[in-house]
Amino acid sequence: MFQGAAHVVGDDIDTDVILPGRYLTLTDPAQLAQHVFEGIDPDFVSRVKPGDILIAGSNFGSGSSREHAPLGLKALGLSCVIAASFARIFYRNAINLGLPILICPDAARAAKPGDQVRVDTDTGTVEVAGQPFHAQPFPPFVQELIAAGGLVPWVQAELAQR
Amino acid sequence: MGQTMAEKILARHAISGEVEPGRIIRARVDCVLLNDVTGPLSFKQFREMGATHVAEPERVVLVCDHFAPAPSLAAAHGLKAMRQFAEEQRIPHFFDVGQGGIEHTLLPERRLIAPGDLIIGGDSHTCTYGAFNAFGTGLGSTDIAAAMALGELWFLVPESVRFMFRGAKRPYVTGKDIILRVLREIGADGATYQAMEFAGEGIASLTIDERMAVCNMAVEGGAKTGIVVPDAITDAWARDNAAPRPYELVAPDPDAQYAATYTFDLADFGPMIARPHSPANVVPLDEVVGTHVDQVYIGNCANGTLTDLRQAVALLGGRHVAHGTRAIVVPATQRVYAQAMAEGLLAQLVEAGVAVSTPTCGACFGGHMGLLDDGEVAITTTNRNFRGRMGHAGAQVYLANAYVAAAAAVAGEIVDPAEVAGAASPAKGGTV
Repeated sequence: MFQGAAHVVGDDIDTDVILPGRYLTLTDPAQLAQHVFEGIDPDFVSRVKPGDILIAGSNFGSGSSREHAPLGLKALGLSCVIAASFARIFYRNAINLGLPILICPDAARAAKPGDQVRVDTDTGTVEVAGQPFHAQPFPPFVQELIAAGGLVPWVQAELAQR
Repeated sequence: MGQTMAEKILARHAISGEVEPGRIIRARVDCVLLNDVTGPLSFKQFREMGATHVAEPERVVLVCDHFAPAPSLAAAHGLKAMRQFAEEQRIPHFFDVGQGGIEHTLLPERRLIAPGDLIIGGDSHTCTYGAFNAFGTGLGSTDIAAAMALGELWFLVPESVRFMFRGAKRPYVTGKDIILRVLREIGADGATYQAMEFAGEGIASLTIDERMAVCNMAVEGGAKTGIVVPDAITDAWARDNAAPRPYELVAPDPDAQYAATYTFDLADFGPMIARPHSPANVVPLDEVVGTHVDQVYIGNCANGTLTDLRQAVALLGGRHVAHGTRAIVVPATQRVYAQAMAEGLLAQLVEAGVAVSTPTCGACFGGHMGLLDDGEVAITTTNRNFRGRMGHAGAQVYLANAYVAAAAAVAGEIVDPAEVAGAASPAKGGTV
């Protein structure tokens, strides 16, 4: 269960916009978090409170494969990202790192900045300002990864069996 | 039922699962690529996973190309992490500063890939290897760490989309324009999680370098990979340059299933340009003619090949970069650099007032070697013009082929290369 205020961004938000290239020498998530959306919204970082929820349009996280982007979003305290759709590599990266994501075009369309959002990841229910929506379910294997807490614990378990 | 190229390649590598679009399989991989941006995070995750050794060190390739040579102490730290990991894991294919160059141009020239391969890289432009009839796909650092630890990974089998090209290219049209034309058609997410298949006589007419430019930007349409149907050019390349292991060219079955098929006639379009701030924001060149440019950047994993350098010299040779404009050319690899030097291309560029760089990903990703300030305009042969990609979020980047970029360097504004070529060059005794 997550609950927080909505921060809303549009379509085709790429990973260069989320985390600019000049910061890619950083590997500490807390340091990366300080530069999220720096180019397009310099005050974004200071507005986010722990637990807040990022709501995006279609093709969120397109472009570069940099994990610095989901790492920064997670370390900033965002509890989850809801989008109309995700770009392929970002989708995998978020699941691998245990950053909860939900695909829910209706919720993405309905949300306005500051709306209170409640998310039940077990049922896939997204409530935006009291209005309920349903997120798309993940394929079974992806659910297994999410349940394991991401790819790192999943590989740990695989290696233990070898 | 017939299979697409993507399905065939995944089927040949599958360990478990059914190779059918939408299904998840586990597959072994032929090559795992890391660079100095995604590598250090990957090493961290590798250790977190409890892994102590890379499953197959000879299949791993480490390339120092992004923040290389190191522009800062933090970058030097990342490059050092690459050296240490290569040493500790006894990885034979490690390319340090001055030894390699930009990863996707480098791997094919060092016999590290082959047709039919399944290649994963901690870099979104790993799709470039489709030019060689391989399935290349970009992943994040954690997936790459998992593949290093296990020697395999999970893949969602993609649907395929077929792009057919007929006819012959017009003058000053290159592989870059072909992929920009495709992006104009399908948009920035038109092929999300799909495999692009490039086919037809129009593609068969392209050299290997131009095919790389086409496949490189498949990811800009959201695709997982983009693969060229093999032909005599693929076969000739493979005989001399493929990794020294058995390989097989992979063609699609005639009854393969596609989610969509697009057909283009190459005679229908001239040079294309992507306007700020999306590689899919594509228009014909004439719509942006007259736009002043502060910086011209020719290089990157899409278009820093010898073909691109020759195209640049065709326009810049014997001419000079315009007053009020600066130009940077980045040969993609050490070998491209050496060959360009032997052909006299670099000397001509230097004489034209171009800053010639050592191979590096450099300013393409906003790292170093030519960042843009607020309000500046650049034309580049790179693959991304996202807001802030090459520096300040207030900069504007146009993507084009090397002829068009070089012509803009001469004119100081975006111009039809035919116009620059048509004007006699001062070196040849004419007047401009």
